[in-house]
Amino acid sequence: MKEITAIIRPDKLEVVKQALQEIQCNGVTVTEVKGRGRQLGITESYRGRDYKVDLLPKTRLEIIVNNEDLEKVIETIVKKAQTGDIGDGKIFISPVDEVVRIRTGERGEKAV
Amino acid sequence: MNLKGGKIMDALLNSGDTAWMLTSTALVMLMTIPGVALFYGGLTKKENVLNTIFLSFIAFAITSIIWVVYGYPLAFGTDIMGIIGNPANILMNGIDINALAPLAPTIPFLVYVAFQMVFAAITVALISGAVVERLKFSAWMVFVPAWITLVYIPISHWVWGGGWLAKLGVLDFAGGTVVHLNAGIAALALVLLLGKRKDIKLLPHNLGYSVIGAALLWFGWFGFNAGSALTAGGLAGSAFLVTNTATAAGLISWVMIDIIKTGKPTVLGAISGAIAGLVAITPAAGFVTVGGSIVIGFLVSIFCYFAISTVKTRFGYDDALDVFGIHGIGGAWGAIATGIFAAPFINSLGTGALYGNPGQILTQIIGVLVVVGYTFIMTILIAKVIDKTMGLRVDLKEEVEGLDTHLHEESGYRI
Repeated sequence: MKEITAIIRPDKLEVVKQALQEIQCNGVTVTEVKGRGRQLGITESYRGRDYKVDLLPKTRLEIIVNNEDLEKVIETIVKKAQTGDIGDGKIFISPVDEVVRIRTGERGEKAV
Repeated sequence: MNLKGGKIMDALLNSGDTAWMLTSTALVMLMTIPGVALFYGGLTKKENVLNTIFLSFIAFAITSIIWVVYGYPLAFGTDIMGIIGNPANILMNGIDINALAPLAPTIPFLVYVAFQMVFAAITVALISGAVVERLKFSAWMVFVPAWITLVYIPISHWVWGGGWLAKLGVLDFAGGTVVHLNAGIAALALVLLLGKRKDIKLLPHNLGYSVIGAALLWFGWFGFNAGSALTAGGLAGSAFLVTNTATAAGLISWVMIDIIKTGKPTVLGAISGAIAGLVAITPAAGFVTVGGSIVIGFLVSIFCYFAISTVKTRFGYDDALDVFGIHGIGGAWGAIATGIFAAPFINSLGTGALYGNPGQILTQIIGVLVVVGYTFIMTILIAKVIDKTMGLRVDLKEEVEGLDTHLHEESGYRI
C-alpha cells in the first residue's frame, strides 16, 4: 500500500477529483496549503515597490492506494493537473505500513 | 455667537442651500466611515483589519462629541485676536434652531455645525493610516481628542473661522491645509516617534475593500468640495466638476507612472492616484477652472509617487499607508496650486499668479509653512506625553501576532 501526496494548483482540484472518480479512485483527503518551490514564488508590486510573495496557495491531496493502482492514479493526476508552466506542483509517494477501517476494524488492502 | 431666530434670518434662509448642505454633510460622513475605514482596512494585514477600521470609527465618534460640546464654538465662534473662537455656545446652548449660520447665512446654524463636524472627524481619521499595525488603541483614544482640541480646532479657526491666516489671505476652499496637509504632517510626526513596524511590507490583504473605500471617498468628496460652496448654486457646480476632473487626471497619471516604472498598471496605483487628485483639488475646488484642475490632478500623482517611492525609502520613516505621501504632499501641492490657478471669474475671492497676482503663491506658501510647523510641533508634544504616560506602541508579540486578537479579542475572518 502506498500514500500519494500530490501538491497541485487549487484551480485543478475539480478536474483531478473528477478524473480520479472515473478510475474508481474515490477516497481522497484535501487540504488548502501554502508553499513554494524552486522559483521562490512570484513578485507583486504595490505603490511602486516590488515584493516577493514566496508562499503561494496550493491544494494538497492525500490518497492511499493498493500497489497495483499506484501508476494509474499518478498518471491521472499528472495528466489532469499539468499546465506545463512553473507552479504545477509535485507528487510524493511513500509506503504505508497498515490501514484500518474504523467502522469495521478491517485491516490491510481490503481496508484501503 | 448667540443668534436668536429673528426676522432677517427668516428672510434669508434658502431651503435649496439647506437641503444641499444636509446632503453634503451626510456625504462627508460616508467618506470616513466606511470610506477611509475600508480604504485603510484593505491595505493592512488580515490580522489587523478590524483594528484599522476601528481607528476610523472611534475617531468619528470621539470627534462628534467634542465638536458639539466645545469644538465648534472654539473653531468658528467670534474671533478672539485671530487665534481662537469665543467658546460661547458650549453644548450648542444659545443657538436657536432657526438661527442662521454666521459664516453661511442662507443655511441653519446647526447644519453648518454638523457640516464642519464631519470635516474635523475625517481629518483625524486620515492620520490613522500612518500608524496602523502598531499603535495602542488606548493611545489613539487619548490622541484623538487631544489632537482635535490642540491642533485641528486652532488651525480650522485660523484658516476658516476668521483667524489670522484668513486675514492674511490664505485660500483654502475645502481643506488642503486644514484637512490634508494637517493630517499628513501629523501622520509624519507620529510615525517618527512610533518607529518602524517589524514588517513594513505593503501587501494589501484585501484590495477589494480599498477599492470600495476609494470609490466611497470619491463619491463623498462631492459633498466635501461642492458642499464647501455652502450654497447650492453655480460655485458648487463648478467645484463638483473640477473635483471629478482632477481626480480622473490623478488616476490616469498614476497609472501611467506605474506603466513607465514597472511595466504594469495596478489597481492600487489607480485608486492612490484618484485619492491624490481629490486631495490636491480640495483647496482649489472653488477657485480654479477645468483646465487648471487637469494640471493639478495630473501633477499631484507625480509628486506623491516620488514622495512614496523615493523620499520614504531614502529617509526610512514608516508611514504605513502613505498618509504623509498622499495627503501631506498632495495637500501642500493643492494649496500652492491654488495660488497659481485661482481664477477671479470663478470666485472673486481668489486671484492666482496666472491671473496677475503672483503674490498669492507666497501667501499660500506661508499658509503651508504655518500648518507644517504648528502641526508638527504640537503633534510631537501630544504624542510624547502619551508615550511617557501610557505608551504609544503595542508589545512586539502583539504586533507580530496581530492587533485584532490581542487588543479586541476578535478576528476579521473565520475561514
